Amino acid sequence: MKYSIFSLLRNAFSYHENWPAAWRSPDPRSAYDVVIVGGGGHGLATAYYLARNHRITNVAVLEKGWLGGGNTGRNTTIIRSNYLWDESAHLYEHALRLYEGLSRDLNYNIMLSQRGVLNLAHNLGDLRELSRRVNAIRLNGIDSEILNPAEIKAMVPILNTSPSSRYPVLGASLQRRGGTARHDAVAWGLARGADARGVDIIQNCEVTGIRHSGGAVEGVETTRGYIRTKKVGVVVAGHASVLAEMAGFRLPVESHPLQALVSEPIKPIHHCVVMSNAVHVYVSQSDKGELVIGAGIDAYHSYAQRGSLPVIEEQMGALIELFPIFSRLRMLRQWGGIVDVCPDASPIIGKTPVRNLYFNCGWGTGGFKATPGSGWVFAHTIAHDTPHPLNAAFTLERFTSGALIDEHGAAAVAH
Amino acid sequence: MLLIHCPWCGPRNEDEFSYGGEAHIVRPAAPEAESDAQWADYLFMRTNRKGLNLERWVHTHGCGRWFNVARDTVTHRIEAVYGMGEAPPVQSRGGG
Ligand SMILES: Cc1cc2nc3c(=O)[nH]c(=O)nc-3n(C[C@H](O)[C@H](O)[C@H](O)COP(=O)(O)OP(=O)(O)OC[C@H]3O[C@@H](n4cnc5c(N)ncnc54)[C@H](O)[C@@H]3O)c2cc1C
Ligand SMILES: [Zn+2]
Repeated sequence: MKYSIFSLLRNAFSYHENWPAAWRSPDPRSAYDVVIVGGGGHGLATAYYLARNHRITNVAVLEKGWLGGGNTGRNTTIIRSNYLWDESAHLYEHALRLYEGLSRDLNYNIMLSQRGVLNLAHNLGDLRELSRRVNAIRLNGIDSEILNPAEIKAMVPILNTSPSSRYPVLGASLQRRGGTARHDAVAWGLARGADARGVDIIQNCEVTGIRHSGGAVEGVETTRGYIRTKKVGVVVAGHASVLAEMAGFRLPVESHPLQALVSEPIKPIHHCVVMSNAVHVYVSQSDKGELVIGAGIDAYHSYAQRGSLPVIEEQMGALIELFPIFSRLRMLRQWGGIVDVCPDASPIIGKTPVRNLYFNCGWGTGGFKATPGSGWVFAHTIAHDTPHPLNAAFTLERFTSGALIDEHGAAAVAH
Repeated sequence: MLLIHCPWCGPRNEDEFSYGGEAHIVRPAAPEAESDAQWADYLFMRTNRKGLNLERWVHTHGCGRWFNVARDTVTHRIEAVYGMGEAPPVQSRGGG
């Protein structure tokens, strides 16, 4: 069914009780051309673009829980493409462009809000690093600019820009096309689009083994039986190492908790995104009025989907330092996701030691912004058994060749 | 908040410590003889255990000493604390 003002009106007459399900819930078949493991945004985008761009529709997406219940539904939804190195800039910018047309492409409102993302500099070192970054980004044709303290104050009056503060604000970079989107809507819209093109989306189906022989993949064991397939794409974020072990190799990935929290809802007061790498916090305000607050990872490795209180405490201290006005707000909810961190803070998208088994992981703290772009290039990689030019550098082999893509500056605290 | 038993100072809060990653990764004895793949394995590849993990911690804001910990990465329960260079008193187990 096409969503429109007319379908909305029609359904109003039946009190919105007869909307059809947005996707089917079929039982798994015994064989598929391609199996995607992981029903987060990246897995769903991969299935969607396999069908849309490559006409490969005999595809199943297997999700052990519910769609988007992993990091996709737990993230703070910041979208931007201001990455330092050419490889990353092109990949993230491709994703941002896709985001700009995604609601229309999917006929599903993902509530993209290009409200602008500010990254603050608090000392001379920060400021020089920031100028270098902005210049590199502009050379790649991506919008980015530097604001001085007066311009920052004009844009975000509630920010503490006093020169006598402990971490004075000396400048900021601004990407105006950056912003936020509704995370659930991204997953649901992609699921609906993939389903409409024939992809089977199967929830509550955990992959427990990867069968391969003669160095090539044959199928996957699941909690709902064995499924034969020619190709497997694994997109399980924090569980990448667990799936790699099933296939018999190791990854340069560590899984860490990343926490976030939201405040009680308040009237609109904060209309853009502000991030600070130096004081470890970033904040935006959701359409519901809640402040959405994030920070860096918990230092120890974990699969528990919860973190420790000291990180939250530090993050709140940083928030109050930047925005004294928020000091009496109460926090409503707090949660954690398990993020897959690579040594160079860049993802791995491509082939593995097992033929026809592909991995897409290592997005760590910052993969939501890449969702459609990641699916686009991963679908290409699976369809052609060769990477798309945009992910050609993001191989597993880079850890052997040494051609790392160090994005710690772009991805450490800012997501 | 984890409660970690420093072998020298006793039980202290997690924020007195720093995490040192996977334990028992042995530096190559003859670095010049290692292949690129062996170097990649040593430098970057990790077991990233889901289950009982063997890991290093340092009591940064205490005695400053390093030690090993066997901790479950799903429940966060600490099963053993043992010295650097000692063999683990429990076996690592689980996926990843
Ligand atoms: C608190 C927090 C804040 C974040 N903020 C931002 C942000 O502001 N901007 C940004 O760009 N990024 C952010 N991120 C990162 C972002 O959420 C992730 O990089 C991105 O969502 C990863 O998408 P995914 O589809 O790969 O993973 P997920 O959404 O985690 O999907 C993976 C799926 O695989 C499933 N799975 C695992 N094992 C199996 C199995 N054996 N069989 C079947 N299914 C399995 C899981 O259940 C899960 O649903 C944040 C993350 C967190 C946790
Ligand atoms: Zn001590």
